[in-house]
Amino acid sequence: MALADETRVPGAPRNSALDWLYRREGRQIIGQVLIVIILGAFLWMVVSNTIYNLQKQNIASGFGFWDNTAGFDISQTLIPYSATSSYGHAFWVGLLNTLLVSVIGIVFATIVGFSVGIARLSNNWLVARLATVYVEVARNVPLLLQLFVWYFAVLKNLPGPRDSIQLPGGSVLNVRGLSLPAPVPQSGAGMVLVAAIVGMVAMIALNVWATRRQRETGQPFGRLLPSLALLLGLPILAAALMGFPFTFDYPVLRGFNFQGGIVVLPEFIALLLGLVFYTGAFIAEIVRSGIQGVSRGQKEAARALGLTSGQMLKLVVIPQAMRIIIPPLTSNYLNLTKNSSLGVAIAYPDLVSVFSGTVLNQTGQAIEVISVTMLVYLTLSLSTSAFMNWFNSRMKLVER
Amino acid sequence: MTGSTKAAGTFVAAADLAPPRSEVGVIGWLSKNLFSSWSNSLITLVCLWVTWRVVMGVLDWAVFSAVWTGNDGTVCQSANVGACWPFVTAKFGQFMYGRYPDSERWRVLLTYGLTAVTLAGLMIPAIPGKKWFGIFAVVGLPFISWGLLYGGMFGLPVVKTEFWGGLLVTLVVATVGIAGSFPIGIILALGRRSEMPVARWVSIFFIEVVRAVPLITILFMSSVMLPLFLPDGVSFDKLLRALIGVMLFSGAYMAETIRGGLQAIPRGQYEAADSLGLSFPQKMGLIVLPQALKLVIPGIVNSFVGLAKDTSLVLIIGIFDLLGIVQAGLTDAKWFAPGTAMTGYVFAAFVFWVICFSISRYSAWLEKRLSVGDRR
Repeated sequence: MALADETRVPGAPRNSALDWLYRREGRQIIGQVLIVIILGAFLWMVVSNTIYNLQKQNIASGFGFWDNTAGFDISQTLIPYSATSSYGHAFWVGLLNTLLVSVIGIVFATIVGFSVGIARLSNNWLVARLATVYVEVARNVPLLLQLFVWYFAVLKNLPGPRDSIQLPGGSVLNVRGLSLPAPVPQSGAGMVLVAAIVGMVAMIALNVWATRRQRETGQPFGRLLPSLALLLGLPILAAALMGFPFTFDYPVLRGFNFQGGIVVLPEFIALLLGLVFYTGAFIAEIVRSGIQGVSRGQKEAARALGLTSGQMLKLVVIPQAMRIIIPPLTSNYLNLTKNSSLGVAIAYPDLVSVFSGTVLNQTGQAIEVISVTMLVYLTLSLSTSAFMNWFNSRMKLVER
Repeated sequence: MTGSTKAAGTFVAAADLAPPRSEVGVIGWLSKNLFSSWSNSLITLVCLWVTWRVVMGVLDWAVFSAVWTGNDGTVCQSANVGACWPFVTAKFGQFMYGRYPDSERWRVLLTYGLTAVTLAGLMIPAIPGKKWFGIFAVVGLPFISWGLLYGGMFGLPVVKTEFWGGLLVTLVVATVGIAGSFPIGIILALGRRSEMPVARWVSIFFIEVVRAVPLITILFMSSVMLPLFLPDGVSFDKLLRALIGVMLFSGAYMAETIRGGLQAIPRGQYEAADSLGLSFPQKMGLIVLPQALKLVIPGIVNSFVGLAKDTSLVLIIGIFDLLGIVQAGLTDAKWFAPGTAMTGYVFAAFVFWVICFSISRYSAWLEKRLSVGDRR
């Protein structure tokens, strides 16, 4: 930085004591010291006010509350929890509920988004129009409003348990939610699980082998059917050999409500529907622009090489489109996870509802509770962007 | 090839044949776009059936089976009735203004009018005097709007913000949020690209933390934690607290949008400004920011759409925006009927949709127009 040392304001006195003030470095140091002083004063003011206010309102501080008894019930728990469990336990229940709805939401939103995104590019005019209408409606109506529609206007208007809607396969749908038959494993079910795992590993191995063979010899290998056979066929075969070692626990109407089976809460269904419908529209736009972003010349080159249209899609268009699609796609997955916090408005017991809602109201320790909540989302977000950076560096076009 | 030779050497072409009927006109369009193959035809028929069912269902709900007049929920009680429009007509004033006093509602309309004129002046290219509209939008409009809406000036009675509600709050939060996020965004974007490590790290920390967490936690923070941060005896209005949260939130997103614009300015522009001997504020204010901000106008308009939708979250901390006031209206026992919830939501969704869709259309148009200028 020899040059920077010489950057002097014209007309500045030379060799005086104030000389360094006129250099860029000098001014930068002064600027940073000022920022530190202002921020420090602001923080000091905030902290001292907070301490004073907390003392005046008699609110404890620190994480002593973490092990205290929560004393409230949660309607959906993935790990054992009761009203006598601790606040810390309630935190984990809320976090798992957030992750549950986010993961399932991401899977379905991806399916909806890719289907609609491809439909928007369809040659069929009507299909493309319908996809556009869906995207423009879902993107331009607030998610919270969509959640209210699903929850208060649709699911809360379903009939009561006695007049439940019977769905095929022994499921019932009513105002208390969706009751599904629960599979109960009998002896030999372990073999089916083993077969499923073996099938999955074999499918991955097959695909790795097929990719390598194609890269080395140019011989393509039809991998879709063998993959499906390994993934689904193997467990089904194992189940058949073991004599289908499952029985089903069907929901049965007893008294005023259905007993047995797996009960999916209406809050969960409404949140899932809302998140999938809303995020699916954004993903559809990302997919569309990604596919359109592959230049025409690439497709024409693939045609000129004599690839079939299936090969062209698989080998030329999709790999390049994915490079455009994946970065915004991940940020939409993150948005979906963050948006799942809107479940608080329809009483879905997610992290924000259980922890920043009920626990905050009971303990009054706003600072600790909200900091922990923010830290959770920050961790999710930073790990996602770490993945993104890794992915980008792997997928980056190697330019000469 | 069907030309005839009349005299030696003169060639007269026969009249062009019309293209085959299957290639042009309605039939050609249909066979090309809807029935190009048997699978396509099947898809078309399925889609037609679905469209027909959906359109008829919506029409039946909204028009044929709907209730149009009535004074309370009893008219909408029967089981297979559609929309309950009297709910919307009876509560329309509330949906638009909240509990803003009837006699003072002209002030809201006047504010809308002033804002609309200013925005039209800024947004429509054919109207001259952009500079004056811009200056008015920055220094005049906010204060006049505040004076009109809140009162206490020009001899107008004060209307406290607890009485504001409905679409008014939605628009106020969205507009103030975007306007306030603008300076925050510029400062953070410059800070993130600064050569001073302290400024850079402070900006990165703020931007990344705010972008990582959901808006709800920010709103919770501003409604629950902000009062703790303030000196004893100082308290903020609830709406103002929500506005601060929204501004900080959208400021972080705005910073990333503006940073995109700053990065798109070629290095030569910075170097040229340096070589002319401009100071940092001159370099940024006269050379870099005018170009960078022009580049990111579509991005800013898009974040306005996002913010207009996100505004509905303020209902969770007890402020009645359009959705909040519809939700509150549904708890009114007088209007208790099975169809009112859907009617209220459809009305709110329609208002939001019109606002967001038209703004995003404007943004797309603007993007096209701005890129035309760059393509020379």
